[in-house]
Amino acid sequence: MTSPAPTLQQDQRLNQIMAVLLRTGVLLAAGLVFVGGIIFLMRHPQPTTNYGVFHGEPEELRTISGIFREARQLHGRGLIQLGLLLLIATPVARVLFSVFAFLYERDWTYLAVTILVWSLLTYSLFFGG
Amino acid sequence: MGSLFAGFLGSLTGLGGGVVIVPLLTLFFHVDIRYAIGAALVSVIATSSGAAAAYVKEGYSNIRVGMFLEIATTVGALAGAALALHLHVSVIAIIFGLALIYSAIASLREKDEVVHDRGPDRIATLLHMDSTYPTAKGLTAYHVRGVPLGFTMMFGAGVLSGLLGIGSGAVKVLAMDQAMKLPFKVSTTTSNFMIGVTAAASAGIYLSRGYIDPGIAMPVMLGVLGGSLIGARVLAGAKVKRLRLVFSVVIGFLALEMIYKGFAG
Repeated sequence: MTSPAPTLQQDQRLNQIMAVLLRTGVLLAAGLVFVGGIIFLMRHPQPTTNYGVFHGEPEELRTISGIFREARQLHGRGLIQLGLLLLIATPVARVLFSVFAFLYERDWTYLAVTILVWSLLTYSLFFGG
Repeated sequence: MGSLFAGFLGSLTGLGGGVVIVPLLTLFFHVDIRYAIGAALVSVIATSSGAAAAYVKEGYSNIRVGMFLEIATTVGALAGAALALHLHVSVIAIIFGLALIYSAIASLREKDEVVHDRGPDRIATLLHMDSTYPTAKGLTAYHVRGVPLGFTMMFGAGVLSGLLGIGSGAVKVLAMDQAMKLPFKVSTTTSNFMIGVTAAASAGIYLSRGYIDPGIAMPVMLGVLGGSLIGARVLAGAKVKRLRLVFSVVIGFLALEMIYKGFAG
């Protein structure tokens, strides 16, 4: 095992950037969900769906391309789903950031670890279900 | 409204949003458990990422330990989400009830900061897991142990998370605190840090399966975020111990109700 031991300073800076990344992702996602929610409630003041019966979401609200299409047309539901998608993508982006951070630190063990975790997440996001 | 309440409750009990949201939505709002789990997963990511941003800055969480164990939790979460597809809804409700009882009990555990450093461990050293954390006496070094056991427990935590839409923070803390001998504060913050990644692994699957409904997830996510902000402030001045006891009892009853409903139909 030849990868150098981490220096505290590098890890601290890594932590700082990661914190900003996480906060930005959550705030942006919350903003999208909020705007989408307002549009959704303005168009559907009365609840139209019975959530006690499970019927699954339609195609355009469960695929990434469908969600983008709906959101671009400024549909409330589409915007909410886009915000949720962004929220799900935030931890994925965080792991990807770590991949580069460990590459920068020339820590090969953890480079492999983070790439593996990132691949698993990306797999589930794009090919899951 | 109910979701704002759930987020508030979740952050007060320290149980996390998921375990409160699912019973609240299913028992009181009669939402199908699959929608409830989808919404809970989303809120779990929101609170975890929000809180992790604060903790990570303070330098408590151990990113290496977290990243390494995330291999186990993400594989577990994918397995759990796949399993959820094949299990009957009532079976999931019963498992959820049992997990609920466990987390209620776990939240009552004394959270003493015990120093149980037993020196370096071969695997942990190989993986550069030993680190330092801020204490009253300045930065204190600690050693990590029991990596294989911790890794196995994390797989279990991942399965629970993927199956039930919860963060399974209680199991994660147990794995790091008890099995891997990390300082308690490091265990809780690292667990929080990992919860978002674990939940994201299964959330992708839930989304593409159509379990995440915008009409339910929207109020839940916003409520939980708002609730956790207020909750953290209230918590600073409240009698935490008594509150925890009260909520743990309430959650125990919710758990029994869910188990009963699961058996009843």
